Amino acid sequence: MINQFFPNVTMEDLVTATNETLYMTLISVAGTFILGLLLGLLLYLSGPGGLWQNKILNWITASVVNIFRAIPFIILILLLFPFTDFLIGTIRGPKAALPALIIGGAPFYARLVEIALKEVDKGVIEAAKSMGSKSSTLIFKVLLPESMPALISGITVTAIALIGYTAVAGAIGAGGLGDFAYFYGFQRSDFDVVFICTILIVIIVFIFQFIGDFVSRKLDKR
Amino acid sequence: MISIKGLSKVFRTKHQDVRAVDDLSLQIKKGEIYGVIGYSGAGKSTFIRLLNRLEDPTDGKVTIDDQELTSLNKGKLREARQEIGMIFQHFNLLWSRTVHDNIAFPLEIAGVPKSERTKRVNELVDLVGLSGRGNSYPSQLSGGQKQRVGIARALANKPKVLLCDEATSALDPETTDSILDLLVDINEKLGLTIVLITHEMHVIRKICHQVAVMEQGKIVEQGDVLDVFLYPKEQVTKKFVDQVMGDPEREHSLQLIKDTYKTGEILRLHFVGESTNQALISEVSRKFVVDVNILHGKITQTQKGAYGTMFVQFLGDKEEITRAIEYIQSTSVEVEVSPDD
Repeated sequence: MINQFFPNVTMEDLVTATNETLYMTLISVAGTFILGLLLGLLLYLSGPGGLWQNKILNWITASVVNIFRAIPFIILILLLFPFTDFLIGTIRGPKAALPALIIGGAPFYARLVEIALKEVDKGVIEAAKSMGSKSSTLIFKVLLPESMPALISGITVTAIALIGYTAVAGAIGAGGLGDFAYFYGFQRSDFDVVFICTILIVIIVFIFQFIGDFVSRKLDKR
Repeated sequence: MISIKGLSKVFRTKHQDVRAVDDLSLQIKKGEIYGVIGYSGAGKSTFIRLLNRLEDPTDGKVTIDDQELTSLNKGKLREARQEIGMIFQHFNLLWSRTVHDNIAFPLEIAGVPKSERTKRVNELVDLVGLSGRGNSYPSQLSGGQKQRVGIARALANKPKVLLCDEATSALDPETTDSILDLLVDINEKLGLTIVLITHEMHVIRKICHQVAVMEQGKIVEQGDVLDVFLYPKEQVTKKFVDQVMGDPEREHSLQLIKDTYKTGEILRLHFVGESTNQALISEVSRKFVVDVNILHGKITQTQKGAYGTMFVQFLGDKEEITRAIEYIQSTSVEVEVSPDD
């Protein structure tokens, strides 16, 4: 049936491309979650009224976040080529896209994390302090659990942006559905390939959104 | 138990310094329920936060049970805080944790092993009257139930002191009373010292032994609740006392009473911390051949007994009335015949 509607699509290539997109997305979401969480916590904790209030640390973190958020993704990939080459040993393929995806996604997520943490009830933090909590207890047992639904919806939004980034990365040889659509579809004028890639990406986005909404809702006991 | 000396807190803003707490000294005895009352902005919230150093004092000393809190380093302060429970106006429970896990939280902080934690939490759930609600989330509870969780949580590490920050101000009158009863119950059962701040005289009247009135960062009046009720000196205190008592003398009701009831004797009875003579009226009418007509009054209950004023009219034989008055004079109820102020 696929051959009837999409005569230029080979099943094997399509599966490979989809797998590559999923691979890039999943690993970069995981990396972005960790790095973004660290940056976001640093922004929040060093910010005014924070646990480790520190103007210089806050300024440095905010500057890093703002600079990397300002760079358009396609340029970021190019800028990171030497770094990627050093880290991965190549600048081609899905694996080589990961550093740029994570470094591009993390600052965006860091801001969402900061917003989520700011929403945690100040009274609850005060209560935890009054019980004699250490900073680590406060972070892991109060701040993170109490902001978890917002952290999850934040990573969902970021994941969807990252799916878009993987397609951009595809255009310069990262593999995945973006790559497939551009080289096999657009450049050969086989628009059925472009079309099926679009459908698959939309489906992946929907699945991520659905999972994110579901988890966030399940965790929210408010 | 708690000794506070020369405590001050100054908030510096760009334009001016605000002295939220101003050179405040206090002694609180073990097992006492000590109330601090004041209008908002009087500095009472800052005051209670200075006691466990949620705010660091600008000056002065706080000593709890021979331990000078104000000189502790951060690590030692955290340990000391485990022995000071605190409850809040807005409960401040973790919404992400069940009732059980909220109460277990301070135990986790103190490093109590899991099996012991569960046992202690179950005891506390029963103590505050929430049996069977252990697995509910705070969002499924009413305000009063949330405060009960707050109290259980504050008691988890068997503290020496319980600090209450406007603990009943967000609750309706009925729930307020049930929470206050619980606090008295805990105070008596566990011998726990309680320091509470409030803007409601009702709370002071109902559960406190001692009261301090705060205005502009200073304590303007303090003492036994009953003494303060009886002989309020400062204008603010009088206002607070009027909150629960009304003020029969100043309502011109006395003149009205005198004009209306011209026969017999008009008496003013003053109940001061009564616990033995509360049935006085029925006693008098049983022992003497007089009719007692209650005209005006208000009696209220404090931790030290009943307190209030009542105007009554005695009707009957003159000699019998005199004997009845003599009888009342022999009790601890103060009596004034045909009062004129």
